[in-house]
Amino acid sequence: MKFKSSHHIGRVRRQIIIADAKEKKEALLVLGCPQVPVQTGIALYLMHGLRKLGVVPVVAGNPAARMLVEVSDPLHHYVGEMVDLDTCIADLAEGRSIFSYYIVFVHNDAGVSYAATIQAITQKTVAAVLYGEHFREVGETIGFPCEKIAAKAVHNPMPLKKKIDEVLPWLVSNL
Amino acid sequence: MACIESLKYEIILQGASFAECREYIKKHCKEQVTVNPGSMIFGKPTIGVPPILIGLDGDVLTFPYTKPCYGTYLLRTENSSEAARIRSLVKK
Repeated sequence: MKFKSSHHIGRVRRQIIIADAKEKKEALLVLGCPQVPVQTGIALYLMHGLRKLGVVPVVAGNPAARMLVEVSDPLHHYVGEMVDLDTCIADLAEGRSIFSYYIVFVHNDAGVSYAATIQAITQKTVAAVLYGEHFREVGETIGFPCEKIAAKAVHNPMPLKKKIDEVLPWLVSNL
Repeated sequence: MACIESLKYEIILQGASFAECREYIKKHCKEQVTVNPGSMIFGKPTIGVPPILIGLDGDVLTFPYTKPCYGTYLLRTENSSEAARIRSLVKK
């Protein structure tokens, strides 16, 4: 009886572990140049929201963008793994990395290029977080399948925070 | 493999769109190779809105290069081994 019980518990544990592995979702957050002040704060807020929804955020960015996140979240309460931007793109292109969600921070042409690259490589719908002084004009240049989370946010993150609050549960359920 | 930053390159266009880069390469380069986003050039993954063109004139390569803070540049540099490698992508 004891043997049966421990066997049963072991089987249940294995099932839970397999289920966890299947359910584990990761989001790739691609940060842009950190020249717009709201980026790091909004990125951390987004990571907090993703964590609450059971999604582990992985951050790709240039060294300055990553360092800002590292300094802001030294114990990695919110951020998961952090990866170099070029390495991340190469890994996606070679099929070494795959994520459940792709979220790209866009405030300039370079951001659009990175979002287009990730969409073309993964063939998945990318979510573009559009912000900065020229968020509307930059957003109009996007001509590939993309969900836009957009607000004029330069110094004050609240307009973008509100948009994220509105759409994040939908995004996690539908992308 | 030389890193792009350490190459002797000429900047053809600065702050250019990918359409502008494509047009320039179509007009000014003898050969054009279309590559997928993420394809490597000088050890870096190509960033951009497809189709991405790389221009070839003998050993001279003309290609777009995007930096997160500065946008997209169209660069020209001479490198026989990289030119040969890019040409070989067409034959695959």
